[in-house]
Amino acid sequence: MRKSQIILFLLAFLVWSFLTWPLDLQHLIVGIFICGFVSFVTGDMFIKRPHMFKHISRYLWFLYYIPLLIRECIKANIDVAYRVIHPDLPINPGIVKVKTTLKSDTALTFLANSITLTPGTMSVDIDEENGFLYIHWIEVKDKDIQKATEIIVKIFEDVLRRIFE
Amino acid sequence: MRRLRWLLGLIIIILIFAVIFFYPIPSLLEWQSEFLHHAFLVLFFSALLCLWRLFRGPTPADRAVAVDILGILVLGFCGLLGIQTGRDWYIDIGIAWALQSFISTLALAKYLEGRNFDE
Amino acid sequence: MNEILGMIFIVIGLAFDFLGCLGLIRLPDLYNRLQASTKSVTLGTCGILFGLFLFKGFTAAGLKAILCILFILLTAPVSAHALARGAHKSGVKLWGKSVCDKYDEDKNALSKTT
Repeated sequence: MRKSQIILFLLAFLVWSFLTWPLDLQHLIVGIFICGFVSFVTGDMFIKRPHMFKHISRYLWFLYYIPLLIRECIKANIDVAYRVIHPDLPINPGIVKVKTTLKSDTALTFLANSITLTPGTMSVDIDEENGFLYIHWIEVKDKDIQKATEIIVKIFEDVLRRIFE
Repeated sequence: MRRLRWLLGLIIIILIFAVIFFYPIPSLLEWQSEFLHHAFLVLFFSALLCLWRLFRGPTPADRAVAVDILGILVLGFCGLLGIQTGRDWYIDIGIAWALQSFISTLALAKYLEGRNFDE
Repeated sequence: MNEILGMIFIVIGLAFDFLGCLGLIRLPDLYNRLQASTKSVTLGTCGILFGLFLFKGFTAAGLKAILCILFILLTAPVSAHALARGAHKSGVKLWGKSVCDKYDEDKNALSKTT
């Protein structure tokens, strides 16, 4: 067994035990068989760098990332509610282009997801080779690449680099 | 003109909420608490708004958006039914529905992009 | 006590759900609608499911609700992203009063060179 398969087995078994919560011997045995089979077949597809699971500081930064995401999410919802209720519809939309320095797939996925959940922005497409993100912005404050990057991406980029890179 | 339309919409929404909260609408299920009954009706009303967009949407992409949003709203229905009846399998249905609607949305997006499914 | 907290979470969730669907009706073009409704409906449904968790506590249904919340938070932005990309590639235009469309410019430049 390789390391990535064992990590995937543990994750899958955690989800399985959540799904069949009152822990039971039958459920556990079936779960061990199914999770073993799934992790044996698809072990290398999901986890490409298993050595990164050892660093404890990454977990601590992840714990810092969750309240940040929840705060931004609530701010975004209040913003959207204000725009929807207001009689004049105060929107000024457009698609802008920002630059990111993140490289790995997981980090880019999390960056795009958190941009979608933050106030007024939604990711439309990713250009992986050059590191550009195309973002639909409901209230365009600046069309320039540098300034838009500072406003949109900066909050999450440092934290995500410390977690996933 | 725009303000007038906004006021009209506001009055209609307030009327519908007044009907929901003050006029006892008979329901098919036996509701344990009044609160859950009203919550269910509010969620039903927002699903009707979604269906309006599904009916009116000028392009196919708008309809796909409405279907996606409806798929997330059904999870809320499943949660409320799970509280009300006290049965655990409603939330199982919710999980299965979320998976299904996620995959179907991805398929619709791929179709909109104009690609084949095996690409 | 837990039930009152759960009711408060459910009321917040219902309010955001309703506002998201209202945004689906009111906003002028597809991208704005997608933005408003995805954010609001995701947080609203998460609120309802968290209310269910507070009602039930650490039982089977409560833990499944937590799992469901994680699943929605991961998948709803991904499906919004896929829909926006597909709509833009299928030729849905932005609203007439939009400020700029860098994506369209870049796509045109790419198609001219190749």
